[in-house]
Amino acid sequence: MGLYILKRLLAVIPTLLGVAVLIFLLLRVVPGDVVEARYLGQGSQFVSQDLMNIERAKLGLDQPMWKQFTTWMTGLVKLDLGLSMWTGAQITEEIKLRFTLSLQLALMASAIATLLAIPLGILAAFKQDTWVDYAVRVFSIAGLATPSFWLGSLMILTMLIVFKWVPPMVFTPLWVNPWENLAQMIWPAMAVGYRYCAVGTRMMRSTMLEVLREDYIRTARAKGLWMQLILTRHALKNAILPVLTVISTEFAFLLGGLVVTEQVFNLNGLGMLFVEGISHRDYTLIQALVLLVATFFLVINFVVDIAYGWIDPRIRYR
Amino acid sequence: MTHFRKLVALVAIAGLVPFTALSQQPRYGGELVFPVPSEPPSYDGHREETFGLIHPIAPFYNTLLRVDPNDRSGTTAAPSLAESWSVSADGKTYTLKIRTGVKFHDGSEMTSKDIKASYDHIIFPPPGVGSSRKEQYADVASIEAPNPTTIVFKLKNTSGSFIASLLSPYNFIYKADLLAKDPHWYEKNIMGTGPFTFVEHVKGSHVIGKKNPNYWDKGKPYLDGFRAIFMRDSAAQVAAVRGERAHVQFRGFTPKDRENLKAALGDKITVQESAWDCILMVAFNHKKKPFDDVRVRRAMSLALDRYEGSKALSQIAIVKEVAGVQVPGTPFATPPAELSKLAGYWPDAEKSRAEARRLLKEAGVPEGFSFTFMNRGIPMPYEPVGVWMIDQWRKVGLNVKQQVIEAAAYYTPLRKGEHEVAMDFQCGYIVEPDLDMYKFTSASRNPANYGYYEDPVLDALYDKQSQASNVEERKRIIREFEKRLLDEQAHYLMTLQWHRIIPHSSKMHGWTVTPSHYLNNTLDTVWLSP
Repeated sequence: MGLYILKRLLAVIPTLLGVAVLIFLLLRVVPGDVVEARYLGQGSQFVSQDLMNIERAKLGLDQPMWKQFTTWMTGLVKLDLGLSMWTGAQITEEIKLRFTLSLQLALMASAIATLLAIPLGILAAFKQDTWVDYAVRVFSIAGLATPSFWLGSLMILTMLIVFKWVPPMVFTPLWVNPWENLAQMIWPAMAVGYRYCAVGTRMMRSTMLEVLREDYIRTARAKGLWMQLILTRHALKNAILPVLTVISTEFAFLLGGLVVTEQVFNLNGLGMLFVEGISHRDYTLIQALVLLVATFFLVINFVVDIAYGWIDPRIRYR
Repeated sequence: MTHFRKLVALVAIAGLVPFTALSQQPRYGGELVFPVPSEPPSYDGHREETFGLIHPIAPFYNTLLRVDPNDRSGTTAAPSLAESWSVSADGKTYTLKIRTGVKFHDGSEMTSKDIKASYDHIIFPPPGVGSSRKEQYADVASIEAPNPTTIVFKLKNTSGSFIASLLSPYNFIYKADLLAKDPHWYEKNIMGTGPFTFVEHVKGSHVIGKKNPNYWDKGKPYLDGFRAIFMRDSAAQVAAVRGERAHVQFRGFTPKDRENLKAALGDKITVQESAWDCILMVAFNHKKKPFDDVRVRRAMSLALDRYEGSKALSQIAIVKEVAGVQVPGTPFATPPAELSKLAGYWPDAEKSRAEARRLLKEAGVPEGFSFTFMNRGIPMPYEPVGVWMIDQWRKVGLNVKQQVIEAAAYYTPLRKGEHEVAMDFQCGYIVEPDLDMYKFTSASRNPANYGYYEDPVLDALYDKQSQASNVEERKRIIREFEKRLLDEQAHYLMTLQWHRIIPHSSKMHGWTVTPSHYLNNTLDTVWLSP
């Protein structure tokens, strides 16, 4: 097991290096740069080439590409993500500011999704082809078909029209004012959690159906075991592995990918930072964010792999 | 009516008059909350170009002069840190008397030394310091501060627009000592003389300012503070105003948003509107055939029925007024009757289109000729205006392929001259011919000319109007410039002037809409009623 963990950790390095090279090159292939975004998109009349040159030199964009890459990589080795080309601020600061919100949203959405998906999936499988199953299937298919940003817009409109109220516009950390925090965060968490729950419910139902048809379940039932015991002790442990994978992948996705939902609810999270970075051609910021999200995925996948062995003792890593 | 009833009525009116008058008296207190659709990259007004800087940061600063906050045309100069000004007989020396008793937020006295340092930072920046407005002051030979209350600008040539250039809301007055220590200091810090002092900026979230108790304009500001909330999504901005979490968004909303807000909030919302000093125009790349032919360019302008377009588009987009090179309703704008004589502005659309077809035929452009029209990937108003133009061009037998390019990547092909016909854009911080018309001077003197033409006649007209000291004379030259640009040579094609719609809480007073979303953001005159 120890050797397996070491091997997995070592594999992280070339993966991240590959991501770094790819994102560095891709960004420079896309037309436009941060200086053009800063000065040419504003409709101003007096932007000189001199000004553009000064700004490019200041950001190191006048340097050859290999030099820009080595400067960036040297910084990374020293765990220095550098400065944002747009704001000039430390990228770690920019990310730190938004990370709390994104993490809270991902945790809340995951909690909502997991708490709903697992019982609903089990229930639908157990009551297959009854009205309960149909209701759960309708609920989950509707969730899959409804984009979370659209559901979010609908929520805001409903709150506005019916209750003449909109959620707070500025993020307040949970430990500062829990009520204010939840008044803002619960709505996006529900909007995102619903779609997320729909994926989990579908997966839970289908894996549970498969497990419920296994011989050992039939044997357990023939022995007269209590059904709740069969479901929780025998069926769930075997059925939950693919659901765990889905939930963990979605969690990693939520940390960096809630672009539109964050805009709809005006949440100052990592998704919004990503959009800002791209629209400003803030190379250093985008590079750092892509690496961060890649790291999330790698770490979460790693944790899930380890958890597999813990949940199902038949799985052993060498 | 009996005498008694008359008496009762008179008493009632007499009672109401002072009440009404009282209700219009500025009231102290309250926090103004407004969403800002974009966030400033830095705090340095001398370097940046975005309204995202002006809306949250301008309240911390003063400028030398300002636009009169009650002037709807946004063109009248009013004192700010300079109390008064005079011009020498030869029109080349401007002397401004600086106000005394003005303090920076750190308590230090503001003098002409700070004004000189600030304008040196803008006009003669030290090596490695970027100034967005340096080119605008190319005529300034020197700046002198002979004593603490006087600042003198010496120009190389006479200028009809020098005072207007001092009204720039970006020209914040900085503290000389801080600039001397580090010319980049103001990129990351705030220290001004404005009506509000800086409290905090949470990146991506908000900026908070609180009342400056030592503000030089005694009795102001009225507000206790303000909170500018960064909000990219327009639906979220509208929801914030509709849900009464915000009082106003100073850039502008769409006609549909205006109607929705009016329907939802009734008299709780007040709408102010103005022609907007922003316009979408079409750049014909003169280096690509057949757009090097003036007949083709004229035909493409003649194809547009701007008057019908205005009626239809103003219902769905932030465009409205039919305009030439100046914002309608402002001092140098061409009157509609005169404008209607230019190609593309004729009232008879059928006659225009017949002439367009004739010109295209004469230029050898076949029916169904196909070209690519490059448009910027911003929905409002690029998308509706682009769609409208494509439809208009089709009516004269042109087959248009639209290529929409993401906003940040848009200017790369334009600067390389890769386009045939492209949507271009201009937005001014003040309506002033020097600012609004510079864009159309020859490509050799202006890198933002995406028509890539050389026109010495147009350049000479530009310089002539710029140096004209007589207003009527300047107007006449501007008309000549406009006729050459839009009619005789049709170098560029104007679409419709943007239209600024500001629905704001009826609790907000003391703010007047202008044609520029860069103006009137100092917030010293704004107050809130209960």
